[in-house]
Amino acid sequence: MSEQATTTGPLPAVGYLKLPEGGEPYLEGSKCKECGSVYLGTRTNCSKCSGRDTVEAFKLSNKGKLYSYCIVHRSFPGIDVPYISAIVDLDGGGTVKGNLIDVDPDPDKIQFDMAVDVVYKDALGRKDRDGNSYISYFFQPAG
Amino acid sequence: MGDVYVMGVDMIKFGRFPEQTVPQLGATAAMMALDDAGLKMQDMQALFCGNLGQASGMVGQRILKEIGQTGIGVVNCANACATGATAFRQGWMSIKADVHDVVLCVGVEQMGRGLLGGAGGGSGIPSEGMLGSGTMPSVFAEAGLEHTRKYGTTFEQFAKVSVKNHHHSTMNPKAMYQIETPLDTVMNAEMISYPNTKLMCSVNVDGAAAAVLVSEKKAKELGMARAVKVRASVLTSDPYQDRDLVMPDVNTCTRMAAEQAYEMAGVGADDIDLIELHDCFATAEILHYENLGLCKDGEAGRLIDDGEVALGGRIPVNVSGGLLSKGHPLGATGIANIYEVSTHLRGEAGDRQVEGARLGMTHVIGLGSACGLHILEKVN
Repeated sequence: MSEQATTTGPLPAVGYLKLPEGGEPYLEGSKCKECGSVYLGTRTNCSKCSGRDTVEAFKLSNKGKLYSYCIVHRSFPGIDVPYISAIVDLDGGGTVKGNLIDVDPDPDKIQFDMAVDVVYKDALGRKDRDGNSYISYFFQPAG
Repeated sequence: MGDVYVMGVDMIKFGRFPEQTVPQLGATAAMMALDDAGLKMQDMQALFCGNLGQASGMVGQRILKEIGQTGIGVVNCANACATGATAFRQGWMSIKADVHDVVLCVGVEQMGRGLLGGAGGGSGIPSEGMLGSGTMPSVFAEAGLEHTRKYGTTFEQFAKVSVKNHHHSTMNPKAMYQIETPLDTVMNAEMISYPNTKLMCSVNVDGAAAAVLVSEKKAKELGMARAVKVRASVLTSDPYQDRDLVMPDVNTCTRMAAEQAYEMAGVGADDIDLIELHDCFATAEILHYENLGLCKDGEAGRLIDDGEVALGGRIPVNVSGGLLSKGHPLGATGIANIYEVSTHLRGEAGDRQVEGARLGMTHVIGLGSACGLHILEKVN
């Protein structure tokens, strides 16, 4: 964390969000060489086939489909509502949860399997105690 | 290996008791169960205590400091919302293993108010409301809409679960609430996480329940008149699923547990007369009709529409009022379910009695996940 504290640019909101220098942000997953299971983030062993050291880093797609969701009207204190909490199956494997933006928080406006893009933006202005700003990911209807 | 019997079982009326400690609440339920069994603390050979909020606080031993420090072995266990069922099952196992003849199982919890659930995220900023929602109403709303996605289940059908369970609780003096909530009241209540309104979320309450379990030999000695036989006890965890990391799976571990329990008891879903299942949210109850085999996949909405799961229906579910209205003190819930089903099997459930009940099932899900499932049978 001490290295991050000296960084001037925004930090990734979660460990599996990668911000390569001079490159486009992406979500990192991992994939089992033996059984093909895809996980969010890095890991060593596979919880599906119990393979040891069979899992390799895998760049997750920025495109996916809405699997399920809910519309949050009451959250913890200080969290802006309403918003759509979305579960998205990414093309090529991996499932990610995040806010679905640019869609009315109305069940009639939300379709299962709607195509979405993963987009990277400032983390809603949230800063840590040291004043660092963050980049997060969001889902929006596919452009 | 003989059978195991519930010889005494009881629960305190669920409510809010900030002036009492967790061990005091547990001790009250323990004494009620001992009285129900006609036994004393000195007769107990072990204590299995379930509590989440003070999981490292030696709650079982502190209960004994309230009601009798006899020096018996104490196991404290925590397993999310399956905590009480896990404590009960540990007691069952110790008798099955011929280690003990008489044991006490207690589940107890003191709850705060407000939303449950982790804010998640490992970085320096909160992830709630940015990376979706980790609150329990949201997690179970997403699980419910997965059912909608597959079978077209409607907001109204989910809401009907809450109407039914609140109605049932009007006949249960030990429930937190005894209030009718018509469909429009449920659907127009404050929306928490669509499709769960406030009245479709379980109630945070303080509570405690306890059971005295005995071996077959001991049961014969004490008399079988009010004994309840444990026909199956099963505990599962969630097997691998592709969406595990972002969408806790409460379905597969329940299906596995149900299959194992029916096999252990040598019965089928059609033989069960009543069920207390884990309606932590109205959406969850719908899922479990199918998970427990009460109907085919995709028919759960019809089950609630047709009243098959209401008192007087084909297979009454949550006649206690369920977690939605009786309340959900996490660590106590599993044993409170055992109390409810046992009370029906004993024919002592008053206005909400399921007539002629001979076989009943209890089911809990602890997110993370743990599924505890028991099948109980009337002896006489």
